[in-house]
This record gives sequence, structure tokens and C-alpha cells, in this order.
Amino acid sequence: MTLTAKEIAAAKERVPLAFQAPLPVRLRRAALWAGFIGLFCYCLWAFDFSPERIWTGLGRLGTVLSFMFPPHVWDNWRDFSEVLNGLGETLAIAFLGTLLGAIVAFPLSFLGAKNINRFSLLRQTTRRGYDVIRAFETLILALIFIRAFGLGPLPGILAIAVSEIGTFAKLFSEAIENTSKKPVDGVKASGGSRLQQIRYAIAPQVNPVILSILLYNFESNVRSGTILGIVGAGGIGFLLSDRIAAYKWDEAWSIIFLIIAMVYLIDYLSGLIRQRIIGKWDGAK
Amino acid sequence: MTMSADLSAGAAAASGSGADTLAEFERAYAAQRRRSLRNWTLGTTLFLILFALSSWLGDFFKVTQITLPDGSRDWRWIIPAGLPRLGEYISQTIPTLHWDTLGSDLANWFWRWKIWMNLLFETILIAFMATVFGVIGGFLLSFPAARNLAPNTWVLWITRRYLEIARTVPELVWALIFVFCFSVGPMAGVLAIGLHATGALGKLYSEVNENIDMRPLEGVKAAGGSWFDQIRYGAVPQVLPNILSYTLLRFEINVRASSIIGYVGAGGLGQEFRTAMSFQEYTDLSALFIIIFVTVVIIDYGSEKLRHRVIGLEERV
Repeated sequence: MTLTAKEIAAAKERVPLAFQAPLPVRLRRAALWAGFIGLFCYCLWAFDFSPERIWTGLGRLGTVLSFMFPPHVWDNWRDFSEVLNGLGETLAIAFLGTLLGAIVAFPLSFLGAKNINRFSLLRQTTRRGYDVIRAFETLILALIFIRAFGLGPLPGILAIAVSEIGTFAKLFSEAIENTSKKPVDGVKASGGSRLQQIRYAIAPQVNPVILSILLYNFESNVRSGTILGIVGAGGIGFLLSDRIAAYKWDEAWSIIFLIIAMVYLIDYLSGLIRQRIIGKWDGAK
Repeated sequence: MTMSADLSAGAAAASGSGADTLAEFERAYAAQRRRSLRNWTLGTTLFLILFALSSWLGDFFKVTQITLPDGSRDWRWIIPAGLPRLGEYISQTIPTLHWDTLGSDLANWFWRWKIWMNLLFETILIAFMATVFGVIGGFLLSFPAARNLAPNTWVLWITRRYLEIARTVPELVWALIFVFCFSVGPMAGVLAIGLHATGALGKLYSEVNENIDMRPLEGVKAAGGSWFDQIRYGAVPQVLPNILSYTLLRFEINVRASSIIGYVGAGGLGQEFRTAMSFQEYTDLSALFIIIFVTVVIIDYGSEKLRHRVIGLEERV
């Protein structure tokens, strides 16, 4: 059965809204798209996306990419150990930063959990505090810490630790809020104090969640740890920006591939650990 | 963990009878205790080794020479040695504000506000454009990168590796490369953040694509639709709310990224940090910090509201 044009026209006549949105909605959509495209074109103009600039840029990009083949291989141990040391520093920054952030955030997270801290005002203030800490940019914190502690991995560690405090405190307090109340009642019924309730009823419930959060954030900190070196806060980023500044593109590409390999390896290992310790637990998002 | 083992061992004891079941229980319990003790020792040792190794690599317990107030030199642990300097530095960045001359003090603090506002506008535009490029790239590549929609495994493999490389290399590294290629300016920043966003969004979008219901596509196919019609009328309406929500989230992240990317010369407010640091205009640093902070908070708040509306739309449909 095929529809004739006349039947379609009749159906259009009967239920016009099934075929197109009402006029004001269409107008609003058109205005939104026009504004969007207008802004985009303004940006193209303001940022000087001229064809010749793109063309020369692509030419240079081709040159830079051509240094990828053949890949640079460090032939003496002295140079290669420097790179390995940089990768190790990045891992150390991520590990210690995550650890310090978690240690500071853990007690703070109890203040923000509804089922532990019953003073609504204090709880709300603590939660806004977490948000404030989370809004700090890791790189800017690193710049501040470099002034105090000098160049090297230590400012990177502290920058990651401080910016992770807010994230961890928020995630931990949500994990604490999502615990079941029944074990708490059980400990209370057998005469446990408030501290014992937290230790024996809440902690066993949140520990796997916290561990999983720690692993996830460690992975993401390995990624952000690679760039801290660009401002001078240690790690592989320092070597990378140094090679790029010296136009040693072949070495730069090799370092980039090593970073990618390291990130893969860490993701893989932390996935293994997560499965081993936590099992197929899918509550931590 | 031990609790559940106790319970199962206890259940085993209840099913048997007499002293031998009790002995069996004790044996199982002891074995469980030994196992958990061994795991605990192993975990702690591993952790301590990792901690020692990383604190050695990270100079965490480095002892450094500092100058005491009376001029003599002494060896101190680096963290307590640096803390007073940190306090001093932060107090330098805080401007002196007096209540009766508040207006002029504020004007003095934000003395470059015209330049800063221009750069802030540029920062947001960089984030906007980078998001647009990221959405276009990510959306186009998300179909070949989705297991259920890719034409063949080679295309799937190449697209996935490309997206992985694009998102594993940080924005700042792409910015360093693009600043060399496309010269200093916001264009390099747009391309750098856009490339990184392509990688991140492509992955998220392709996961959304993999989770769609294939029946609407079959329906469109049965009604005589081409492959394009299937994607347009079968797949896109399903993924659109999720994609919108991810895009807004990415815009927030891109605003943060573009506010610092100027540090390597790729446009936006970040370059002012570098200028202020080299000219030792400490109060400028706190002013810039406040500007970025307020912008990030406002944009996060607005986009959160929008995202909730988008999710609301999804639930209503």
C-alpha cells in the first residue's frame, strides 16, 4: 500500500504538528542556530583562521610529524636513564599526590556526610569548601608551590594533593552517605560507641569504594602529572617541553609514545588491582 | 570479608555434629586469619616499598640548605623550610585594601581589567571553538569507533587508536606543538584543546553509540530508509540527549584548559600569569586567580543547570 501525494497532503492538513514544529519553536531554533554559526564565524575571523596560515601550519605540522619515522631510540644509557627517571618522577608525583590528598580528605569527608554530621550549616559550609578547592587549577597551584619549594617534583606533588583534596572529600562523603544503616544499628545494639560504629559498620562498607576512587584518580593524576613539568614542577613534562623548545622533534615523539605506553600500562595494572581487590563492583562512578 | 567467611564456616559447623566440626571450624577460621594476615602484610610491604620509592624520586624527604633569619645557613627538611616562603608569597599576592579608599584600591588591584576582560572573552571563545571542533570530530569518529556501527575491524582499530592518542597526550603538549606550527595565538590553543576534546568526546560518544537500541534502525530500514536515514532517524534521536550532556561537561573542562593554555603562548588569560610572574606583579596574580575562579564557577553552575534540563528532556521523551 503506497500513499498518494493527495493522502499525504490531507494528513498534513489534519495533523500539522506531526509534520513540523509550531512556528515559534521553529523560529527559536533558527535564531539559536544563527547565533551559534554567527559566533563561530566571528571566532574564525577573530582568531585569524586564514587559509594561508592554515596551509603553512599544516606544512610545518607535516615536517614535525615526519620526525616520528624512524622513531628515535636512545642509544646510550645516560640519556635513556634521564627519560626513565622523568617517567618515574611523574609516577611518583601522581602516587604521592593522590596519597596526600586522600589522607587530608578522609577526615574532611566525614564532615560533609549527611549520616555522620548532623549539623546542616556546618555540612553545607564544608561542601562549599570542597567545591572551592576543586575549582583551583592544578597548574596554577604548581606555579605557586614552585615559588615556595623550588623547581622539582615536590611542587607537583603538593599541587596534585591540594587539588585532589576537594575531589576526594566530595566523592568520599558521597560514598559514606550511600552506606546502609543496618550495620550501624547492629554495632549500636551491641553497645558500640560512635567511633566504633564508624570503624566497624561504616568503614567496611566504604573501603572498597574509596579504594576504587583512589585508583581511578591515580590514573587521571598520572595523566595530569605529565604536564606539570612544563611549568617546571618535575616529571617527564619537563624533558618533553625541553626537547620541543630545542626542536628535537624525534626525541619529543619518542617521549610522547613512552608517556602513552606508561598511561596504558597504569590503566591496565589499576584495572587488574581493582578487579582483584574489589571484584566486579560497579558502584563507584 | 572475615565476617562472611566466619558465617559460612559457622554454617558448615551447624550442618555437622560434635567436636570434630568445631575443630574443623577452628581450622578454617585459623586458615582464613592466616590468609588475611598474609594479604595484609603483603599489601603493606608493597605499599611501603612504593611509598619509599616514590618519595625518593619525588624529593619528598629532601633535606635542603636554607638561610636562617640571623644569616647563618642550616640544613632543614624541604617541606617545613618551604612553608614560610609559601605563606610569604601568598601574603604578597594579597593587595592592601582600606575601607575608606576601597574604590581606588580595587581599581589599583584590577588595573589591567580592560586587557583582562578581553583575554577572558578570548578564553571563553577558545573553549567554545575547541568544543565545536571536538564535537564535530568526536561525533564523526564515534560511528566508526563504535563496535556495532563500524564498517570493518581495521577502521575500528585505526579510529580507536587515533582517539586514544588524541586524548592521552595532554592539551598543553599539543599546544606546544601547535604553537610551533601555527605560530603564537589563540588558533594554536583552539586546535590543541579541540584535538584533545575530539579524543575524549569520541570515546564517550562511541560508548553511547554502542549502547543504543538497534530496533529503531531496523524499523527505519524496514520502511525503506538508507544507511544515512537509519543513523539520522534511528540512532541520532537516541544518543542526542547524552551527547548534549557530555558536550556541556566538556565545555566546562575546556574553559579550565583554555584559561591556562596561554602559559605556553596559545592565547587566553594564561599568558597574563606568565607576564605577572616575570614582572613580579604579585597582586595581579591574585586578581587573575579570582577572575578565573569566578568564571569557572559561573560556567560550571550554568552548564550544570542546562545539563539537568537536558536530562529532564530525556526522561520526558
